[in-house]
Amino acid sequence: MRIGSIELTPARRTTLMRSDAVQRLLAFAALIVIVVIFSLLSPNFLQFDNVVGILLATAVNGILALGVTFVIISGSIDLSIGTVMTLSSVMTAVFITEWHMPVPVGILAGVATGALAGLVNGTLVAKLKIPSFIATLGMLNVAKGLALVVSGLKPIYFNDTPEFNRAAMGSVVGGVIPGLDIPNLVLVLFGCALVAGLILTTTVLGRFTFAMGSNEEAARLSGVNVDAWKMAVFALAGVFSGIAGVLIGARLNSAQPSLGQGYELDAIAAAVIGGTSLSGGEGSILGTVIGAFIISTLTNGLRILSVPQEWQTVVTGGIVIIAVYLDIVRRRQQQ
Amino acid sequence: MRGKPMRWFGGLAGVVLVAAACGGTPASTASSSPSASPSSSPSAAAKLFIPMISKGFQHQFWQAVRQGAEKAAAQYNVTITFEGPENESQVDKQIEMLQAAINKKPNALCFAALDSKAAIPLLQKLKDANIPVIGFDSGVDSDIPVTTAATDNIAAAAAAADKMATLIGGSGDVAIVAHDQTSRTGIDRVKGFTDQVKNKYPNIKIVATQYGGGDQLKSTDITKAILQANPNLKGVFGANEGSAIGVLNGVKESNKVGKVVVIGYDSGQQQMDAIRAGTEAGAITQDPIGIGFKSVEAAWKVLNKQSVPKNIDTGFHWYDKTNIDAPDIAALLYK
Repeated sequence: MRIGSIELTPARRTTLMRSDAVQRLLAFAALIVIVVIFSLLSPNFLQFDNVVGILLATAVNGILALGVTFVIISGSIDLSIGTVMTLSSVMTAVFITEWHMPVPVGILAGVATGALAGLVNGTLVAKLKIPSFIATLGMLNVAKGLALVVSGLKPIYFNDTPEFNRAAMGSVVGGVIPGLDIPNLVLVLFGCALVAGLILTTTVLGRFTFAMGSNEEAARLSGVNVDAWKMAVFALAGVFSGIAGVLIGARLNSAQPSLGQGYELDAIAAAVIGGTSLSGGEGSILGTVIGAFIISTLTNGLRILSVPQEWQTVVTGGIVIIAVYLDIVRRRQQQ
Repeated sequence: MRGKPMRWFGGLAGVVLVAAACGGTPASTASSSPSASPSSSPSAAAKLFIPMISKGFQHQFWQAVRQGAEKAAAQYNVTITFEGPENESQVDKQIEMLQAAINKKPNALCFAALDSKAAIPLLQKLKDANIPVIGFDSGVDSDIPVTTAATDNIAAAAAAADKMATLIGGSGDVAIVAHDQTSRTGIDRVKGFTDQVKNKYPNIKIVATQYGGGDQLKSTDITKAILQANPNLKGVFGANEGSAIGVLNGVKESNKVGKVVVIGYDSGQQQMDAIRAGTEAGAITQDPIGIGFKSVEAAWKVLNKQSVPKNIDTGFHWYDKTNIDAPDIAALLYK
């Protein structure tokens, strides 16, 4: 066990950053290796359209992973992000198609739904002291059930508001630089990652997220209002789930109430591959983004090579195990 | 449970606890029925009690089956319950539901097996207790069910292959995006399509068969990868509703609308819109309402000592732009 207040000194944090950097470097190297291998194996892999395809496939999982990165660094876990995403997506659809809110307002209200669910998670964990694994497992089911109830078990379509789909799938970049049609949805991913990175590295919230995850008791003793910050961290994860919900709705031009479960595991895997430690106190946004890209690139490449589905699953699972193992080895060397 | 008023459940926090209390197992009781289960003896005074254990619950297909079952329940004045696991891989959950239904001492039981062998011990129990079992949607590898009301999925998928062959001019590359490689419908539809192509159309090549779990987003990304890997692809068969929606979406995002023939399965608003718009060539529809109706009807007949055939083929139909609004087809489609 490390002794508390030391965690907060700059020197100590620098070491943490540096050890993170190793994992990030490894993850980045792995991503490059994956890209090179697939490029050699298939001429169809490294093409503009396919790269855009990979970027799109990363967006939802990547944004979910951003949120869960905060939660994991703070020493908790959030299993509800996938179905909270679904609930946010359904609520966005209700706000826009049933309540006829203007699209931007509906989007904000959808994101707020996610934030609210996150806040409930945070309250359960921080105030009622329910272990986060259980509290968010409960929320996973609550959100899933509510999404089904609210939608009446049916997808809700955005057919009357084509601008919603256009906003996500259109390309501002393509308008400026002809031919470079990168969908706006991808920009949202990078925008969210940038904001998440800034929050984690430059704000009080970020600093306390690390502090709680390294040693909660020490953080408490040094005067950090752990309960309040914990709630903030879960609410933030909820915000990212909400954004992911809006995006998946926009991309599918419909809110699909029955998907979402299982997405949380891919997001957690992305964070872990990127060097976020499941024991808390360590992690980075850059790492998580790289982790998300590793998963989507791998999945895309295996699909392009027509590798049988069952083997695709085995390979993806294997990568997670290797990543965690590397993390453990690194930690051991540190001590 | 269905219907728009429930959408007023917008205020999330307030209903969280309520939903938590009932968020576990999705189950529902037909509106006309009391919740208490009647005793086992089929007397004139007590309504006959026929629980239905389905393969799913939240997909629209199953809601349509349930609708048909409720219609039959009203017509024959019997009480039914309709429940099923959340997705088609939860064999264990379905077995638990079956066990619970047996414990309620039903008069007869309708069962759509996820894994036809896993349920045999319980079905044997029903047989020993002289409770007739009616299969629906897919068969059980056993003599216990008195009858089975189902679609011939192999023949239906073969019909889809014939249509595909006609539409692409008898030669070229095609692909299959299916929902599941272990469930009966997944196996049968892939087999039906593949065998028909192999046996009848030597110039058509199936270059990829991939599985997206019926998840619209995953099926979208799969379709894009297949199109990327096979630029000359002429057609894609989406083997269930979620897969077909993903295929449509993937084709659209890859800017291949009109260049790739899309054939789907089942219905739902999104496929129907696509067929009307011409982006989907057509689809195979089963008769989900008929499946539900005929299984309850068969149960009633068996309990009233009337004879039923060993297999009730509920049929399938090809529909496209030309006949989507014909009364006999429109009656089979669900939105």
